[in-house]
Amino acid sequence: MKKTALNSMHRNMGGKMVPFVGFDMPVQFAGINEEHETVRNKLGVFDVSHMGEFWVEGPRAFELVQKVTTNDVSALTDGKVQYSCFPNGSGGIVDDLLVYRFNEEHYLLVVNASNIEKDWEHINKHNDCGAHLTNASDSISQLAVQGPLALKAMQKLTGESVEDMTYYTFKVLEFAGHPSIIFSTTGYTGSGGCEIYMPNKLADNIYAAVLEAGEEFGIQPIGLGARDTLRLESGFCLYGNDINDATSPIAAGLGWITKFEEGNEFIDRDLFADQKANGVPRRLKGFIMEDRAIPRQHYEVVDAEGQVVGEVTSGTMSPMLKKGIGMAYLDKPFWKDGSEIFIKVRNKVARAIVQRPPFYKG
Amino acid sequence: MSIPKDLKYSEDHEWIRVEGDEAFVGVTDYAQKELGDIVFVEVETVDETLDKGEAFGTIEAVKTVSDMFMPIGGTVLELNEALESTPEIINKDPYGEGWIVKFKITDASELDDMLDADAYSALIEA
Repeated sequence: MKKTALNSMHRNMGGKMVPFVGFDMPVQFAGINEEHETVRNKLGVFDVSHMGEFWVEGPRAFELVQKVTTNDVSALTDGKVQYSCFPNGSGGIVDDLLVYRFNEEHYLLVVNASNIEKDWEHINKHNDCGAHLTNASDSISQLAVQGPLALKAMQKLTGESVEDMTYYTFKVLEFAGHPSIIFSTTGYTGSGGCEIYMPNKLADNIYAAVLEAGEEFGIQPIGLGARDTLRLESGFCLYGNDINDATSPIAAGLGWITKFEEGNEFIDRDLFADQKANGVPRRLKGFIMEDRAIPRQHYEVVDAEGQVVGEVTSGTMSPMLKKGIGMAYLDKPFWKDGSEIFIKVRNKVARAIVQRPPFYKG
Repeated sequence: MSIPKDLKYSEDHEWIRVEGDEAFVGVTDYAQKELGDIVFVEVETVDETLDKGEAFGTIEAVKTVSDMFMPIGGTVLELNEALESTPEIINKDPYGEGWIVKFKITDASELDDMLDADAYSALIEA
């Protein structure tokens, strides 16, 4: 079992530890609902050091990133971040990721912990142009500080202005007394805040500084349980649940990161362009329960006559709405907003309405 | 971890409190801690007579769903109505306000097979 640099810190703070994709990670501290509300109303800090980081450098760096990702890397400027995905060559998704542009010959790719090895193999396989690749996953720690008060609290730890940074940008700055820290206004909660990348050896020290700076604002440590409820309430995809090697970004509602601009020649471009033009049989959509029931992954979706029209990919009780929410692949025409669908929950069916996320707007 | 001496326990982490020929059932403090925040309780067996070990309902935490089993046989009389709007009372007071169902005992001798507080304590520490 791998451990992040903050493992003993989590144990000391009462984290309930569970195995997660090969890492020993905290699933909760005070409780999922309390942690969820803390992030929605104040701020919380997550250890997301299990995430993977790849450097792509050199004169062919742009060419490789453009080829392996669906989004248009030419739209990035220095200091900007882009959400994207790796198509797998047969119309599925290898992983979703963030692309950071430091300069035109220097990119950072941040990938899911569960897919680090698969992603690394994939981009190396497609690196016939000869970009310089480094897998830094085991040496970089990452903290996510999320919530409406996150940037205000983190401003105390740096002389550079971060409170006014726009969404999906980053700076390399001195933070908590340490130089060259990557500070990015990204996140997976829908409540604003930042993600901070640092060498493993600084993780303990910076984590303590973040907790201290956030104390007056009510900061709490947050586990993976609330990370999942927060992302689902905001309608963000989770790889392995909502997207995988067999789902296309067009069907998954990721058409907005699949750019068919002139010059964006990426793997599976023609296939996705055809899907965009001619449609797909199923689409990933959000839904909210009308009946009292909680949808869960793999539950069947049926119509009023009991015919199967889809499958749930993620589901939970929304801590803010106190209602069941979820995402499901739905057949046409049930994917239309406002459609009535029914979720098979154990021995009965529960009514739900298709609704575009976010389910909760902070 | 709280394990009251006056209750009996099942290996599935239910407790039972006997009052005459009726009994209250809930989940233990250990179970509520393992489950985490309880968000939904469903019992559709009121008025049904169930055997020992039969599922009488389900309990859902944010991340998991679990069945709850009859610790002994009986006829389900009543669901704790407070759980409909405030299932979190199971987390706050698992042995008191957070009781789940009341049932009429079929055969009181089945109580003899249940665990006492010491035996249950040994079970969860094993």
